[in-house]
This record gives sequence, structure tokens and C-alpha cells, in this order.
Amino acid sequence: MATGNPALEEAQGAANSRQRVINDFSINIATVNGSGSQSANSVLLKSIFGMGVPVSGKNLFPSNIAGQPTWFLIRACKDGYVARKRDSEILVALNPDTALDDVQALPAGGAAIYEENLKLDQARTDVFCYPVPFDKITASICPEVKLRKLVKNMVYVGVVAQLLTIDLGVVESCLQRQFAKKQKVFDLNFGAVKAGFDYARQNLTKRDPFFIERMNKTAGKIIIDGNAACGMGAVFAGVTVVAWYPITPSTSVVEATSDLLNKLRVTPEGKATFAVVQAEDELAAIGMVLGAGWAGARAMTSTSGPGLSLMTEFCGLGYYAEIPGVIIDVQRVGPSTGMPTRTQQADLLSVAFLSHGDTKHPILLPGSVKECFELTQAAFDLAERLQTPVFVLTDLDLGMNNWISEPFDYPAKPLDRGKVLTAEDLDRLGHFARYRDVDGDAVGWRTLPGTRHPKAAYFTRGSGHNDAANYTEDPDEYQAVMDRLALKFETMRNLLPAPVMVRNSSSKIGFLAFGSTDCALAESLDQIKKRYGMDADYLRIRAWPFAPAIHEFVAAHERVYVVEQNRDAQLASLLKLDLPAAHAARLRSILHYNGMPVDAESITGQFVLQEGL
Amino acid sequence: MATATPAPKVNHIGLPILDYRGGKSTLCAGCGHNAISERIIDALFEMGIEPERVMKMSGIGCSSKSPAYFLSRAHAFNGVHGRMPAISSGAVLANHTMTTIGVSGDGDTASIGMGQFVHLMRRNLPMIYIIEDNGVYGLTKGQFSATADLGSRLKTGVVNDLPAIDICALAIQLGATFVGRSFSGDKKQLLSMLKAALAHKGTVMLDVISPCVTFNDHEGSTKSYKFMQENDEPINEIGFVASFDDIEVDYDSGEIYEVEMHDGSNLRLRKLLEDYDPADKANAVRTLMEAHENDEILTGVFYINTEQPTFIDLLNVVDEPLATLPESMTRPPKSALDALMAALK
Repeated sequence: MATGNPALEEAQGAANSRQRVINDFSINIATVNGSGSQSANSVLLKSIFGMGVPVSGKNLFPSNIAGQPTWFLIRACKDGYVARKRDSEILVALNPDTALDDVQALPAGGAAIYEENLKLDQARTDVFCYPVPFDKITASICPEVKLRKLVKNMVYVGVVAQLLTIDLGVVESCLQRQFAKKQKVFDLNFGAVKAGFDYARQNLTKRDPFFIERMNKTAGKIIIDGNAACGMGAVFAGVTVVAWYPITPSTSVVEATSDLLNKLRVTPEGKATFAVVQAEDELAAIGMVLGAGWAGARAMTSTSGPGLSLMTEFCGLGYYAEIPGVIIDVQRVGPSTGMPTRTQQADLLSVAFLSHGDTKHPILLPGSVKECFELTQAAFDLAERLQTPVFVLTDLDLGMNNWISEPFDYPAKPLDRGKVLTAEDLDRLGHFARYRDVDGDAVGWRTLPGTRHPKAAYFTRGSGHNDAANYTEDPDEYQAVMDRLALKFETMRNLLPAPVMVRNSSSKIGFLAFGSTDCALAESLDQIKKRYGMDADYLRIRAWPFAPAIHEFVAAHERVYVVEQNRDAQLASLLKLDLPAAHAARLRSILHYNGMPVDAESITGQFVLQEGL
Repeated sequence: MATATPAPKVNHIGLPILDYRGGKSTLCAGCGHNAISERIIDALFEMGIEPERVMKMSGIGCSSKSPAYFLSRAHAFNGVHGRMPAISSGAVLANHTMTTIGVSGDGDTASIGMGQFVHLMRRNLPMIYIIEDNGVYGLTKGQFSATADLGSRLKTGVVNDLPAIDICALAIQLGATFVGRSFSGDKKQLLSMLKAALAHKGTVMLDVISPCVTFNDHEGSTKSYKFMQENDEPINEIGFVASFDDIEVDYDSGEIYEVEMHDGSNLRLRKLLEDYDPADKANAVRTLMEAHENDEILTGVFYINTEQPTFIDLLNVVDEPLATLPESMTRPPKSALDALMAALK
């Protein structure tokens, strides 16, 4: 069919000549939040996964309950790139308020599926248009008016499945999982999918070049979000006390933890081996964590920027009084309330020194959902081994979006409960001094309240204290404790998760990054190689204080690009505090901080500019 | 011939009172807080509480220093200003088998710590919360606190023009299940109240008027020794018979409100205020409000409820402390992880 538009004809020609775009495109589903599109989006994502195609989903949603625009991006990528793609080739337009803008954002040759009365074909003549009477189809299969808003979403899943040639059977089995044991709900939803599918088959002529074809790249893999993975990590680390205050985007960490605890951690007598407390605010949440950690429990909280600010004073107490605790910070856009439903990596510097006075906290930086699971577990062991609050920094993108992953491994080592003296130990020793470095690792031994020994007790305080935990304002005694704490921090360099050498080709150019930036950077480095023939090395940082390998990496490269999702180059700043001046001068920054998950093209673009390519 | 030294008196678990003492107080001579520390020592000794089975909690301020001055053989946590409730909550969750005594002040509780105080009371967390209440900030040299009475005067002549927070009325409304007020100078009443507090299961909130000899013991203060001696109006006389005491007392049941405590002890409140029923929440709050109108300082046990489930009951946790559960009870088996992974494929 001639359209008179060269771009469209070229794309259509590609489709006709079987130069199809297979398993390598992005779908933008534009809806109104509160319309219940979440489960439809999830079914579509999992159906592509079920076709064996690597896939990722990004939920771009407003800080609002209902009525505001929201977008869900699904990227299918045969090469396994899971970062956000800057442009989406396919649009599903269900929100009249944004439909015109959304369709304008499509590249020429893209495809738009939309409610027919939106008439998007009048706005763009260079995209493939598929008008669908969603409301009519929905009304025909769903007599109950109240449910139509929800069911309509499943109709689009059917239309998309038919156009992209996704097996209806795969969609069906995804729906069965989603609505396990709810036959009626399944019937209604699958009925909607089928209605959409049939409508598309009978009424739409496939002209665009985009296809999903079966692959075998997801076999054995799982799909999970980072917050659920953190929660799972906490449960398999044997967490016993969880105190928290609801805050986006960290809320689902505790929801996941709590669900699993209720499933897995109830005795045959029906008693809980855990306590989850929704505190009155974040001050109380962290206070409870420290009280519980002091009394010997494995305690954690999870929060986000504003909550973290409230926890500041307590975190200084935890550091100075040397109390274990795990704090998961799912970063969002700051400062202040900022953009609560958007992503950023901008808490790094404030967490590193969270408190007044000389304070430094260890930070773990998971770069994948698997590491969310593993590093959350590690945080509990490290907190008790090092007797200090340990922070796990993720972000909204990692935490709230779905990621494919290898299945998680069961922990290989038993729990490390750190240095705790029992009554028997005290009988043997005769006495102990809480903050005395008897092992040369700057970590003293502690006792737990309730230890039945006359010498077990000590006085925990945030005021000046000596190595016997007695109050002091003596200059030498105060300084001795502070010096030991500094030494303890130094010993962590070799104890915390080591950095990962992602690419090593002995290039003169190096890259450093952490967290959710990883997937976009990996893709960008492939782009740089493909387009410019340039190799670059990449070391992914997984903890602060920095391991010696990070210093060696900088020493071995002429130019080191630090890629991070904040304005102020926070990781680069921390590195500069750590590195010798000559090496600090080698650092250059690539920054992304508009609230959207970083994409490969943005990194590549900034690199090309700075290199003058 | 030398006379033999008499064996030191021991309590019913065989410990002398020396084992309940703390470090030397660094508070001002005559500070009411020191007398309260003494009564805490007496109560723990007389109740035969094992010192190692107590957690001493506090916030910041003169009051919050005092856990150092009693029971050296118990673990203590002197936290941050106004946050003793959160730290205590965490500690109790970790180990609910302990006796937990928190010491706070009127500033630490009724100003900076009000948010946490409110929620601790609401949860009926099993612990004793003592406010050493002198109406002023001592460590910063004598500013009014939020429990200072309307019209009371600082040494500098400044008059308090804001109404006092009645922390007892508040605690009753919020859900504390044992609420009383005493005076550091009333040895007998305070000791009986503390002993009964140790026998209670749930949140005990005791507001103990404790004169500050340096900043608030002058004419015009309503928290001075003299003012309290002249205006203290006990609503009941507290008799406490511990579960291990074998005492029979005859009394007129019409005069006495008797409570069987959680540990089997008996609390006997002799009514001094006509028809005062300490199980009646609304009446308790009204009585306290009316006393304010009449410039009276009521003391005694205002409210008691031994039926209310504690926060630990509500959480339905195992009997053992969560802190020391073995790995076999806290880390689910590999089969559990395998099942979770299978469901995500």
C-alpha cells in the first residue's frame, strides 16, 4: 500500500522484504495512573520473556494516586541489553491527554496502537497506525461497567500480542500465573486478551516491521524487582527486627520482606521469629533498629532520601557507639521532596558521612537484582562483624522495575554474628572492655543485654567514652577511640564486596560506575567499540570505602570516566578524597540526572564529546 | 572480744543491696533524681530482680544520666535526645524477656521526645517509663520545659505563660496501662509504685516530680520541694504485696481497690479521693484536668489495666528472645529459596 511517505514506505518495504526488526525494539504504553494497567503491562512483559526474548520494563509514573499520565516502557532486546532505550518504536496510546505528544515522540516508521477516536493518524503520516475501538471491545466482553477500566488494559495486550506475533498460549500461561487460583478473574482477563487478539487478526493489517520471535535466551532465568530481591536477601540473612516508615520508592522492600517472613518464618506453633514494626517516622525506625541491634537482633530499615535525612543523628550514634544495623536506601530524586517517583544516584555523599562530627559509614552498592539479594545479606554479616550501621544503596530504577536475572544462589556460608562474648567467655576472661582493640582489627568484643554474668554489662552512650565504655572528656581517651574508628574504617577496604572488572582490554581509557548505571554503560561501551573501534575498560564499584583494586585501576589508565546519575559527580568526589592528587586529575565525569533511568546513547554521546571524536 | 560482722541482708534471690548499686552520682547534691535512683535500687532489690536481666534506657539531659547511678550490673543505653522510646522499642523487640526501665526527663519527653513518647504509650510496650520531672532544662541552665505550670516563675523572674502538658492524662488517653505520679521526696509512695510497676506487664508511665535544686527550687516554682510538700494530694495510698511475700492483711474492701498483678502480686490502692476508680479512664483524665483548675498536684496510681495485650503479645513472637534465635530458626532452608526462584521463572 503506497502511503506517499518515504520513511513509512521504506519501513514497510523492510517488512515486506522480510528485513524485519526482530526482538529489538521498545514499546511505550501510555496510560493514566490508577487505571490498573500495571498487571496488563506485567503480563505483556512476561509474555515476551516467555517467548525466550530478553526483556526489561521501566515504569515511569507520577507521584500521584490516580488520573495522571504514566508510561511503561518494555524493551525487547535479542542482545540482552536491559537499560532504558531512549526512543520507543511502538506506542500503545490509551491516555487521551498525552496521546498527541506520545505519538510525536515516535521515530519515523514506528507504530502506534490507539483508541480509534484519538485519530492519531491525522497527527503522524510517517508511522504505522492501528486504531482500535478499545471501549467497544471491552463493553462487548465485560458487562460489568465497574470492571471495564481494568479489563480494557488486557484488550491492548491481545492486540499487541497479535501484531507482534507473540504466542497466545504464552500470554495465557502468564495470565494463569498472575491470577493463580482466581479462575473467574483469569477468565475475564483472558477473555479480554482474546477479544483484542481476535479484533487485531480480523481488522488490522500488519504493516510495521516489528516482530517477537521465539528465542532461547531466558531459559532458567527469573524476573524480579530489586526491592523484592533486597527483601529476600534480608529474610535469608535471618533478619529478626524490621522497623520502617512508608516512603516511595522503598516501601516495597519491607512489604516483600514482611510477606516472606509471614510465609517462611512462623514456627509450627504459629509464633513469629520476627517483628515488623511500622514506626511513627524514620527517626523512630532507625532508633528501633539501633536498639534491636544493640540487644543482639539482626535489624534493618529501608528508606529513601527524606527518611535518610531524618535518620542522620541516629546514624552518628550508631557509628560512634558501634551498633550493628542495616539501612537500605532506595534512592529517588532529591533534594527535598524532589521527584519521589523518579530515579537518581544522588544520596551517595550524604550517606557516606551521614551525621555531624567525624563520621564515615560503609556503603554497599548492588548493580543488579541478584546483587540486591546478595549484598543485602552481606550487609547483615558485615554490620555484626564490624559493629556499625551498614548502608545498602539501590535506586528507584533498580528497586521498582522488573529485571531478568540468573536465579539467586542459596548462601554458601553460615551467618557471621560477629564478636559476642558469652557468660562462659567472661568466666574464662574475668573481665572485658567493650571498645578495646584486643585483636588488632579495631573491632572490640561486645556482650548482649541479658548475659548472666556480673561482668557482662557495659554502658552504651553517644557521649565521649573510653575503651571501657566509661564517660570521658579526656583528650587522649576521646582521640584514641576516634583513631580506632578510623582504623576500623580502613580495615573495611578489604572486607567489603570487591569491585568487578567488567571489561579489561588494557586500554588507556577506563570507566568507573556503580549501581543501576551498569546496564546502560555496558551497552554504551559496545556502541563505542562498534562505532569508533575504541576499547575501554570498565570496573564496577560495589562498596565504599574503596578497595585497593579501585586505586590500581585509576593508576593503570590515562583517562578514567566516572559515570553516575547525579549532578554533582558524587562518586568522582568520593574518589578524589581517596586518590593521590596525580591520579585524581585523571577522573572525568559523565553525568545523568534528569530523573529518567540513564540510557546508553546519553553516555556514548557525552563520551564522544569529551573525547572529541 | 570482737563482735562478728552481721551477714549483709540479702533479698529473696540471695543478693545484697550492694549488687544493685550504681556509680557515684555527678548530679547536684540534693537533686531529686538521686532520690529516685535510690528508690529504683530499693525496688529492684526488694523485688529480687536479677540485675543482669534489666536494660536501662535513657535519652539526654540530667535525668538521662541517672541510669549510671543505679544497677551497674545491667546493660545501659544512653541514646539521643528525645529518642529513648525508639531505642527501647527496638531493644524490647530484640529481647522481650528482659525488665526494661527507661529514665527520661520532662524536656526529653514532653518537648523533643513527644512524638516518640506518644507512640510508645500507644503500643503498650512492656517497659517502665519514668519521667524525672522538674519543669526545667538543667544542663542548659534553667529554661522552662513543657511540664512547667502556667504562672510558675524562673529564678530570673520570667513567668511561664503557656499551659503545662499533663503527661499522665496524656499517657492514659494514649493507651499506657499503668499510669501514676509521685514525688521524689515521698519515699514510701514512690517505692510502692515502683515495685508495683515491676510487677506490671505493659507500659508503665510514672511522672515523678523531682525538684531541681539549682534552677527550680525557689519561691514561685511549682516543682520545688516546698511547693510539693505543701500541695501534694495523694488520691490513693499504695500497698504492694509481692507474690513471694506471705502476708495476710485485713482491710475494709470498700476502702481498697485491689489489683492482681501479672506476676501474682497484689496491688492495694486505699482510696483517699472519694469513689476514685483507677480502672475508669475517662474519670482519671477528668480528675487530672480538674486538679489543674484547682492548682492541686495529684499523686498516686491514676490508671491501671492488667488485661490489655502488650505490643509483644500483638506481634505474636516466640517466647525466646529474637536476638539469640539460632540460624536454624532464622534462615529458611534451601528448598524455600528454590521454590521462590521457581515461581519467578
